[in-house]
Amino acid sequence: MDIIIIVAVASIVTAGLTTAIGCIGPALGEGRAVSSALTSLAQQPDSASTITRTLFIGLAMIESVAIYCFVISMILIFANPFWNQVIAQAGGK
Amino acid sequence: MDVRRWIVHLSGDDIIFWQYGFLKINQTILTTWGLMLLLAGGSALVTRKLSPGIHVSRWQSALEILVSMALKQIEEVGLGNPKKYLSYLATLFVFIATAVVCTIIPGYEPPTGSLSTTAALAISVFVAVPLFGIAETGLGEYLKSYLRPTFVMLPFNIISEFSRTLALAVRLFGNMMSGAMILAILLGIAPFFFPVLMSVLGLLTGMVQAYIFGMLATVYIAAATRTREE
Repeated sequence: MDIIIIVAVASIVTAGLTTAIGCIGPALGEGRAVSSALTSLAQQPDSASTITRTLFIGLAMIESVAIYCFVISMILIFANPFWNQVIAQAGGK
Repeated sequence: MDVRRWIVHLSGDDIIFWQYGFLKINQTILTTWGLMLLLAGGSALVTRKLSPGIHVSRWQSALEILVSMALKQIEEVGLGNPKKYLSYLATLFVFIATAVVCTIIPGYEPPTGSLSTTAALAISVFVAVPLFGIAETGLGEYLKSYLRPTFVMLPFNIISEFSRTLALAVRLFGNMMSGAMILAILLGIAPFFFPVLMSVLGLLTGMVQAYIFGMLATVYIAAATRTREE
C-alpha cells in the first residue's frame, strides 16, 4: 500500500462523501424555505414581490453551503495539491 | 503516467497570452477587458442621443428600464438615497449579468468562472461597505457599530466581515465554474440535447447569482449606513 494509492483513495472517497452528505442539509433547508414562502404568499398575495425577493436571497444563501461542498469536491478531484506532489515524487524516483 | 492529463482546465487562467516576470495576461483578463469595452462602448453609443420626449429609441428604453428597476430594488432594501449607490451596485449586477449572458457565444468562457475575478469583486465590496458607511454616518459612528449589540460581539462582527467577503467570492465562483464544468463533461457524453439544456440552466442560475451578488452588496451597505435615532 504505497502512498499514491492512499492519497488517491482518500481523495476520491472524500470527494464523493463531501458532495453526498453536504447536499442533504441545503436541500432540506431550501424545501422548508420554499414551503413557508408559499404559505405566506397564500396568506398575503399583495406582498408577493417582497416575499419572492426575500425567498430568492434566502435560497441563494442556503445554496452557497452546497456550493462550498461542491468546490471542495472539485478541488479534491481536479486540483488536488497532494496528488501533484505525490506524482512528482513518484516521477522523480 | 502523464501528469498533464490530470490537470483539468478549470478556468481561463490557464491560457496565458503574454508574460513578463510575474505579470501575466491570460484569457480571463482579456475577456474582462472585452466585456468592459462592450458595456462602456454600448452605453456610450446609446446615450449619445438622449431624448426626454415621448419617442425614444428602444435602446434608451432598455437602459431606462434597467436604471429604474435598480433604483427601485435599492430603495426597497432600505437605502434612503438610492442614486448615490446606484452606480456601484448596478455596475456589479450589470457586469456579472453580461458575463453570464455572453456564454451563448461559442468559445467564450465567463471571467467570473475564475476565482481571481470573483475574489476581486468580493474585495471591492469589502472595501466599499466601510467607505459608504463612513461617508454616510461618520467614522466614529461606523466604528461604534461594531460594538453593537454588546461589545462582546466585536470579534464576531470582525470575523463576519471577512467571512461574508469569502462567501461572496466562493458563491459566485462555484456557481459559474460548476456550470461550465458540467457543460464540458456533458459535451463528452451526449451530443446535443443535454448540453443545450444545461447551458439554459446555467444561464438561469447565472442571472440569479448576478442578482444575488448585487442584492447582498446592497444589504451589506444598508446595514453599514443605518443611522440610529438615539
